[in-house]
Formats: sequence, structure tokens, C-alpha cells
Amino acid sequence: MKTIQVIVAFILALSLLLFPSFGFQSDELLVDDEEFGLEGAPQYRSPEPIPTRSPPLTTPTRKRHSDLDSDSKIQFSLDHAFGDSDFSPAGTFSARLKTWSHGGQTLTKLRFSRNSFTDEEKEKFKNLLKSDDFYRIRLPSNVLSPPGRDFIISSVKARCLPREGLDEHFVIHMEGVNVLAVNYGSPGSCSYPRNLKLPTKWSFSSHTVLKNSEQAPRAPIFAEEILGGESGEGEVVQPPERSFWAKYWMYLIPLGLIVMNAITQAMNMPEEQATGQVPAQGQPSAGAVQRGPTSAVRRR
Amino acid sequence: MAIRSFLILFLLFFLSSLHPILSLYEDQVGLMDWHEQYIGKVKQAVFHTHKTGRKRVVVSTEENVIASLDLRHGEIFWRHVLGPTDVIDGIDVALGKYVITLSSGGSVLRAWNLPDGQMVWESTLQGPKHSKSLLLVPTNLKIEKDNVVLVFSYGRLNAVSCTDGEVLWKKDFEAESLEVQQVIQCPSSDLVYIVGFAASSQFEMYQIDASNGELLKHESAAFSGGFLGEVSLVSSETIVALDSTGSILLTISFRNGKISFQQIPISNLVEDSLGPAVIIPSSVTGIFAIKMNAITMFIRVMGEGKLEVVEKTNHETSVSDALPISEGQQAFALIQHAGSEIHLTVKLAHDWDGNLLKESIKMDQQRGLVHRVFINNYIRTDRSYGFRVLIVMEDHSLLLLQQGAIVWSREDGLASIIDVTTSELPVEKDGVSVAKVEHNLFEWLKGHMLKLKGTLMLASPEDIAAIQSMRLKGSEKSKMTRDHNGFRKLLIALTKAGKLFALHTGDGHIVWSHLLQSLHKSEACQHPIGLNLYQWQVPHHHAMDENPSVLVVSKCGPSSDISGVLSFVDTYTGKELGSLTLVHSIVQVIPLPYTDSTEQRLHLLIDADKHAHLYPKTPEAIDIFQHEFSNIYWYSVEDDNGIIKGHVLKSKCTGEVADEFCFDTRELWSIVFPSESEMIIASVTRKSNEVVHTQSKVIADQDVMYKYISRNLLFVATVAPKASGKIGCVTPEESWLVVYLIDTVTGRILHRVTHHGSQGPVHAVFSENWVVYHYFNLRAHRYEMSVIEIYDQSRADNKDVWKLVLGKHNLTSPISSYSQPEVITKSQSYFFTHSLKAIAVTSTAKGITSKQLLIGTVGDQVLALDKRFLDPRRSVNPTQAEKEEGIIPLTDSLPIIPQSYVTHSLKVEGLRGVITVPAKLESTTLVFAYGVDLFFTQLAPSRTYDSLTEDFSYALLLITIVALVAAIFVTWILSEKKELQEKWR
Repeated sequence: MKTIQVIVAFILALSLLLFPSFGFQSDELLVDDEEFGLEGAPQYRSPEPIPTRSPPLTTPTRKRHSDLDSDSKIQFSLDHAFGDSDFSPAGTFSARLKTWSHGGQTLTKLRFSRNSFTDEEKEKFKNLLKSDDFYRIRLPSNVLSPPGRDFIISSVKARCLPREGLDEHFVIHMEGVNVLAVNYGSPGSCSYPRNLKLPTKWSFSSHTVLKNSEQAPRAPIFAEEILGGESGEGEVVQPPERSFWAKYWMYLIPLGLIVMNAITQAMNMPEEQATGQVPAQGQPSAGAVQRGPTSAVRRR
Repeated sequence: MAIRSFLILFLLFFLSSLHPILSLYEDQVGLMDWHEQYIGKVKQAVFHTHKTGRKRVVVSTEENVIASLDLRHGEIFWRHVLGPTDVIDGIDVALGKYVITLSSGGSVLRAWNLPDGQMVWESTLQGPKHSKSLLLVPTNLKIEKDNVVLVFSYGRLNAVSCTDGEVLWKKDFEAESLEVQQVIQCPSSDLVYIVGFAASSQFEMYQIDASNGELLKHESAAFSGGFLGEVSLVSSETIVALDSTGSILLTISFRNGKISFQQIPISNLVEDSLGPAVIIPSSVTGIFAIKMNAITMFIRVMGEGKLEVVEKTNHETSVSDALPISEGQQAFALIQHAGSEIHLTVKLAHDWDGNLLKESIKMDQQRGLVHRVFINNYIRTDRSYGFRVLIVMEDHSLLLLQQGAIVWSREDGLASIIDVTTSELPVEKDGVSVAKVEHNLFEWLKGHMLKLKGTLMLASPEDIAAIQSMRLKGSEKSKMTRDHNGFRKLLIALTKAGKLFALHTGDGHIVWSHLLQSLHKSEACQHPIGLNLYQWQVPHHHAMDENPSVLVVSKCGPSSDISGVLSFVDTYTGKELGSLTLVHSIVQVIPLPYTDSTEQRLHLLIDADKHAHLYPKTPEAIDIFQHEFSNIYWYSVEDDNGIIKGHVLKSKCTGEVADEFCFDTRELWSIVFPSESEMIIASVTRKSNEVVHTQSKVIADQDVMYKYISRNLLFVATVAPKASGKIGCVTPEESWLVVYLIDTVTGRILHRVTHHGSQGPVHAVFSENWVVYHYFNLRAHRYEMSVIEIYDQSRADNKDVWKLVLGKHNLTSPISSYSQPEVITKSQSYFFTHSLKAIAVTSTAKGITSKQLLIGTVGDQVLALDKRFLDPRRSVNPTQAEKEEGIIPLTDSLPIIPQSYVTHSLKVEGLRGVITVPAKLESTTLVFAYGVDLFFTQLAPSRTYDSLTEDFSYALLLITIVALVAAIFVTWILSEKKELQEKWR
């Protein structure tokens, strides 16, 4: 009876496989939409944690080169302000937007082109240097739909920037396409008595670094060992065998001292007796050497 | 052989005396620690005073505590802390042996055994919609020989059996938008009335048969004027309400199921209009009270809707509920304030003019007004009725009044501490003996004889008890002067009631208490809320004659843009030196690291409009401030917005009113967390007064690591917005925890790391160059604790001795936040068994002593965990050198050693915070844990290496010295003899 059931089930399964028209057949075009990055395609989340999250909707700034290329170029601008002045454009960042198969988007290959200072800006910057004021920059918090929720602002004392030219260093902390924060400053140190120093060249040398979040180390799990239980018990790590001296030095040193003490005493004793007895008995000192031990024996 | 056995014995003796002590011995409990139990502000009290057995009162409080108190002394018989979400709605005593409590918005009904507080049963009640919850324990109502409790909650009336908590019947009131006001039991029948309002202008009355829950009658009547708030029950079939304007009194009678309204404008009763009235809820037959501005009026209901004002008073008045004393008679208590006295009057409900009792009691001004009154009667020795009242004061204290005196009082305001700081005690002056140390020579000798007996193990059990009590009482520790070791201090605590307490660290007694006038309700400040305490003036070098003072910051209401109040209190006397009602609001208070010539600390207050205000407002302060103007940076965390901003001062305020203490600010940097993926749940900085002993850490292989020690580091933890709820509501894939270390001057993110599959709540503590934080790991289904240590690499190449000798190092170069930081971080995660309520770290005077984490566990205890367990450099097989350094082999979870509970066997119920204060003695730190209870102890994380402990065996030392001296003599005599013999030879 059972075998018949199994056979029937097998046949049914086979027929389903062989004659798909029996069951439901999807008319969906079977294209690996993940790879081609079709818009609006269902985005599968991989079971593994992914470094980037929350794919925002793509925006008109995104240009698609071809269906096969999931990268696209984007640009976003850097604004600057001198002290309390309003922000004005100072340069543009350009990067490639990489869309990952799991739907996340990250920026790669960040490039930065700085507009050189106009004369007016140079003047403003000189004033900043004189008054030891802040040079401020800002970035949009979302690179796809600037300015996003708010601008990311960062400032540095203007006197930190001039070296040969003007050295600046950007560390942009990203979260997908969102800019979290930007660390802006000079690449080297800028310690407190900041001296007034005008740059010799009015050109910027910029370094940019893009940073994403790191994964935290996992807590060590010793569960296997605990399960392994008994076998592990035998493998208790033996403490390395220490030398005889390392083990017993605390006993050996006093022992040595006592022995030495005894020897010196034994050496001194005859002399003492000799010196003590010479005047009294008037015997030659040579005899004392022989008598030493005997007198010791007598005393005991 | 004999020598060997002797040696072994000697060694054993030596080892036993040197054995490290991690925990306390039984007889050391209470020596350096104290524990105080409180219950909080009493909401409701039920007396249980049968002729036999102990007289007790059962109370429920605003801290969600239910407690049974001894009516004779006010001690706690038993108590249960129900937790912050389990708010108690009503309590009563049923069957004479069960305490019934209704809590959690009417969803949990519990019965507790009255004598010992054991829970008898618990039942969960549900219903169709949210509503007011009411508890009624009817007298003489039985269903099949079962006494019942009637509970109205979630729009449903439940009859619950008293014996087992089973729901006998239930009746829904879901169809109507009923706002229930009262559940009334009809005397001498099984009828229950439910009265309430519907659609704000409809009065509804339901008559229900209590034996089976059948609806007998439903009447409703409309009143166009609408209703306002509370009602007062004047008889079992009449209630009094106010119309929505508060100017017309409505007497609603529903006798025999017929509703009839009687409207009487208040202006008919009193000539002068005093503004809108409020009903004081009470249930005295025939009488009710209304309050108009500061005037309280008692009004008697005379028959058919006639009202008569019996008393009008402008003293602060409180009324108790009615207490049936004999057949048909009800008494109630009335308390009125008159200057420094309160007048207690007990009257019969139907006889206003006659007084059963009239007493005046002198009342401490620092207790404020009477908030609640509960009355109870007893039979006097002459068979007449006597009355006692339990009163709850403005400062949340609880007092029992009987025979014109305060029988006992409890300082239950201390159950709701908001903030704590410490203050030094005065220096002992010459010739001023503050405490009488010993009474006379005989006592002194006796004490020392006893102690000697104890050390020589000759003491009898009685003697041991006497020694123990002597040790505990030790008048030294509760002296009112500063001690050499800095163990004696004042703990200044601000409570929710707006009262400031000074507790002595020696034994926890209250040195002074002061109800802050600035936190008193007034015209200008309607709902004052205490916020924080700051050290305002700590006399130090050149201002020794001044008393230290604290700054109490409060604001006038819950919103952020409401004006703030500052008050300054002398910590020696408890006098309020002054108070300021500010024109601006207070969002942030920044104590600056500068003090003026009188040691007053400069404080910067940031208001909601982002202006900075400098206090104290003196020319000297502004002078000091101008000097450091450009070096002041601060940050603000906008939790709800997900933005952290850095600020700096700009210039003087440009308002219409010239104010030279007001400054404009500007934004320096900002960090914007993407709102769809991150939400701030915790931010922690280092304690501003923390002392770090060394910048470097010598590691195993004679290498040096430099700690990155900056006061401007901020730890921030964010979680996925989805995962901000309870544990278990999201899958590990949807939740993550990101932690950041941020420099608050430049807004630089120094470290950023993501824990996937983890979620909050996050508790964190920041000290020196490390952060320890606690969170839940969804993948491992366990709590985890992680540590991040941050090291400075820019100075790592200073290890060369020659560089140091030749001065080619950068150790003395100033450190600036504007320099590019070269830091490395080390981190490690460990599993931890408990969830946390609080976390703190020990702090010592010089920061030399190793640190311990103080973990407030979910069981309301404080656990001390060595920081060494949370060392990121722990490895599975540490090398010999690392072992010598003190690195513990890596384990996956942190050990919980039962002996390392700081609170030993005690619990700090409702634990909310742990603070540590350094003592002058480097090895010791003072720990204060507060919640509903208070606990204080001294802690020595590396043991007391710099002083002899209490249990140091002086006798052994003495015996050794004596034995040595004797031995010297003996050997001397022997050698003399021998010499003589030698000479005689």
C-alpha cells in the first residue's frame, strides 16, 4: 500500500516537472535583475549582514550608462564660508555610485576638484588668518538628493591650513549614500600657539578619504569547547616546567647564606681561639690550627 | 620532623591571616555601609486595625510601591516594588486578610496576603477599549458564598472572586463612548450604579445587579453645558459635578433610576465671583468642597437640590474621605494650615458645626503643605472614639498624627531622588569638640577591655554583641567634621518634590533638609521641575571661610522653552542663599573649569534660542570669561532629530536689551545621522572631574602604549529605528547598533563600529581612554558588554631612551584637537548574564587605584566587576609576561562572582543610579546607589593598600613585638652568662 502511495507521489512530481502547463507558470522574464540593477525590481536582502543599508530611491542625478553597468557617476558640491559669512561653492566631489547586488549603494573612486580662491576670497581668508577665525565647509548629507536632511558642517581654525600652500584633509564618513560627518583639517599637527603665517602659494592640495563603518569583532564563543567537554579536560595546558633554580631559589639563597656563615664561623673560630689563647697560654700559633677542632669538640 | 610540622603549622597560620578578602564578613555588615528603605509619596492608604493582631496601614505610592506599615512606629512590615510601568490605580482590603491591588491601567489585579505580603493570586483583565480604571470592594456582596471585587477597566465591569481571582461575570460598555466616573454600591442591596459622562454633555447611569452582572436599567440625560473633570459623591444616589465653564454646580440625583438635574450657579452662593471652580474629589455624605483660586468652600447639600455654603476659608485645606464610625454616622478629617501650625478637625458628616476633635500641631515649615489626609478611628481607654490621621506632605513625607502629636514620620521624598552631589564637611576647629566621643574614663576603659577580650577570643556572646553594637555606633563616623581620610562627607540630594536633603555618609542620617522656595508652585512658575545639582562654590585655598554651596537648576514646566530658575543653597546650613527666576530658558548647563576669587564656579547656561548666559553675573566672572572666550566649545545632542552639533561662542548678544552676560553662539560642526537607518539612543562623556594618573600603559614586552586622554570625547550609540522597541520585535537582520567616538571640539569621528544583529537599550560608561557599553545581541540571544580602548599613536615613537635623554620627544608638546589624530582602538566583546539598570565606574582621588565597574543589575543589586575582565587585550593563551601584567585568559562571558556584590545581601529597590565619589585616601572610593532605597558603602578596588584595615590584628603585632623583646632579653642574658663562663674558664 505504502509503495503505491510513494509511486503515485513520484509520478505526480514527475508530471509536474515534465508538464509545467499543469501548474502555475510565471510569465516573468527570468533575468537576473540584481545584476542588471533593474529599477523597481524586488531587492533581495542577503541573509548575511551587509555593510550598507537602506537603499534610498534613485534620483534624477543618477545617470545610467548601460543596462550592464550598475555604476554611475555622481557629483556633489563642497561649500565654504569665511567666519560667519554665507556659504558659497568651493569645489565639487565626483564619485562613482556602485549599486550592490543586494540593493545597497556605495560611493567609490572619490575625486575632488577644488576651485581656486578668487582675489576676494583670498582677502577674506587673510582676514580669517589675522583674527584666528574659523574656515568652515559644508557638504550635503545625502549625495543623491542634496542637501538631504541637513548640511554637514565642519570647521577648522584658518591658521591650521597654510603650510607651503594650503593643505587640507577630508575624511568623509559615509553610510550608503548618506554623509554622516566630515572630518576636515590639516593633515599634520596644529598645536595651540597658532602663529600667523600666510601661505606662499594660494593653491590647495587636498586629500580625501572615504570611510565606511567597520564591523565590530564578535564576542568569542567557546561553546564548541564546552560541548566537546571531557576531551578538552585532558588537555589542560601544563605550566612550562621551570628550572630547579627558578623553583627553589628562595630556599637555596638562605641555605647558601647559612652554609657560608657556618664556613666563615668555622674559619674564624680557630683564629679567635688562637688570638684569645696566645697570650694566656703562650703556645705557638701553629699548634692552634691543630687544636682548633679538638677544642670545638670539647665544648659541645 | 618536629621542626617541619611546626613550620607547616606556622605557614598555615600565616596564610590564613593573609588570605585575600574580596567580600565582607558577616560582622562587617553595617560597619561602613548603610541602607535605607523608602516607599515614595503615598497615593492611597487603607487602615487595618482590628482589635487583635498588629495595627497596620497598607499604602500604595507614586513610586509604584505597595507596602504594609506598622501603625505604631511607621516601620515597613513588607513591601513590593511593582516596577516603573506597573502603575497602581487602586488598593483595598478584602475579606480582612487580602490586600487587593489594581495596576497597569486596570489590567492586572492582584491579591496579597495581609500579614506577610505573599501574593495569593493574580489575574489579568482585558476589555474592548481604554478607560479609567476603578476598584470597588463591596461590603457584604456575595455570589455563591464568594466575596467579590468589582473592577471597572478597559470599558468593562468585572466581578472577580476574592478567594482565587477568577472572573465571575463581566459586562461590556463598549457601545457607548462612556467616560466612567464612579462605581457606586447601593447600600443594603445587590445593586451597583455606574455613572459617567458620554460625549461630554450626556450623563449616563447604569443600574446593574451585582450578583450576575445583568443590566437592570440604563438612563441618560443630556445637559447642554457639558461637564468638567471630577465629580463628588454626596450620597449613594447623588453626585455633584461642575459644568464645563466651572461656574454652575450640578446636583445630579438618580434615585430609583430617575435622573434629575439641579443647576445652581456658584454666583448664587457667593456674591463675588472668583473665577472658575474646581471640585475637590471626596465622598462625604451631604458635603462637598470646591476650590476657587485660593479659596476653599465647603457646601452642604440640603434635600432637593438646595445648597448651602457652610465654610469659606482661604487657608490651604485638605479633606479626607468619610469614615463610617457607627450606624449611619460618618466622620471626616479636615486639615487647615495656619502659619507654622496645622489644625486638625474631625467632624461628623451631618453636623458641620460640632467638632469631634480639634487639635493644633506644630509642623516643620520644611514639609510644606498637606497634600493628602487619611483618617482612622480607634476606641480610647474611656470607650469613646479616638481618631488618628495619616497625612502626606508636599515634600512627600508621611506622618501619623494622634492625640495632637506627630507619632512618627517617614522621609519618603528620598525615594524619588533626581540628582546627587557631595559636599565636604566643615574642618574641625581647635577647642571645638563636635561630638562627645566617650562619656567618661570608665566607659572608655570598659570599651577597650571589651575590645581586648574580643581580640583575645575570650568574649562571651553578650560581649560580642556589645562590641558589635559599639563598632556600628562608632561615634567617629557620624561626626560632623571633616576626617583625615575623607570618608565623611555630605550627600546633597534633590528630590522630585523640590526638597534638598543633606545626608551624612557615616550613617545616612539627615543633617538638614530644605524645601526650596524656588521650586514652590507660584504665579510665575506653575509646574516647577527640579533638573540638576551643580557644585557652585567649593571653598579651597583662599576662600576657606566661605561655606560651600550648590546650584539647583530647575525650570517652570515640561516644555523646553519655558523659563528657568536657579537657586543657591549653603551646604553646611541648608539655607537658600538666593534664587533667580530667569528670563530665558535652560536647555544645557555647562560648568566651566574656571572659578573666581571666592571659588565660585563659572557656569554657562544655554537657552532654547541658542544664546549662552554666563553665571555668576559679576564683573570678575566676565573678566575671567573674556580671557578664555575663544577656548570654550560645547556640543548638543538632538536625540529626536538625530543630529549632533558643535558650538562656539561668537559675540555679545545683539538683543534690544543690553546684557553683557549674554552671548551669541555659532555652529561649528554637525553630524547628521540618516533618519532611516540610525537613531541616537545613548550618549556618554567622561566625568569632568575625573583624575587620570598616568598617560601611558606599560604592556607585557616592556612596550609602552599612550592612552588617548581627551576631555572632549563623546560616546554615541545609535540603533536602527525599527529596533528601538523591545527586545524581540525585530529580526537580527533588521537591527544594528553603531557606536561612535567623537571629538566634541572638531566633530571628528575617531572611531566608528557596527554591531550587526544587536539592539539597545545601551548603557555605557566612559572613563580615561575607554568606554564600556552594554547591549543585547539578537543573534546570540544574550546581553553583551563591549569595551573600546583608544590609544594615541602620534606619541608611540617616544620609546627610545636616547630620544628622551636628548629631548627629541614630543611628550611636552601641546595637544590640539585640530591636529590630525593618529589613534588606534582596541576592542573586545563579552557576554554578560544580566540586563542593566545603571552602570558607573569607581573614581579615586589620584586615579592610581585600578578601576572597577559598578553594575546596577536587574535584580536591584550593585555588582563590582574588575575592569581587568573587560580588557581588549585578553587572549586565549596569554604569554607568561602578559600573565604577570595581569591579563586574564580570554573567556566568552564575564564572570559574576557572588562575593563581589557591593550591596551584599541587600537590594536597592527600584535602582536608578549609582554615583562614586573619591575619598581622600587613594585606595578608597565612596559609592552611593539610589532608587526607592538608598545604599552607601566604601569600596577599595585594589584593597586598602594604604591604610590598615579595621580587622588588622593589632594583638598579633603586639604579641610579636613582646615576644621579640623577650627573646632579645633572653638571648642577651644567655650570652652574658656564656661570656662569664668563658671568662671563668
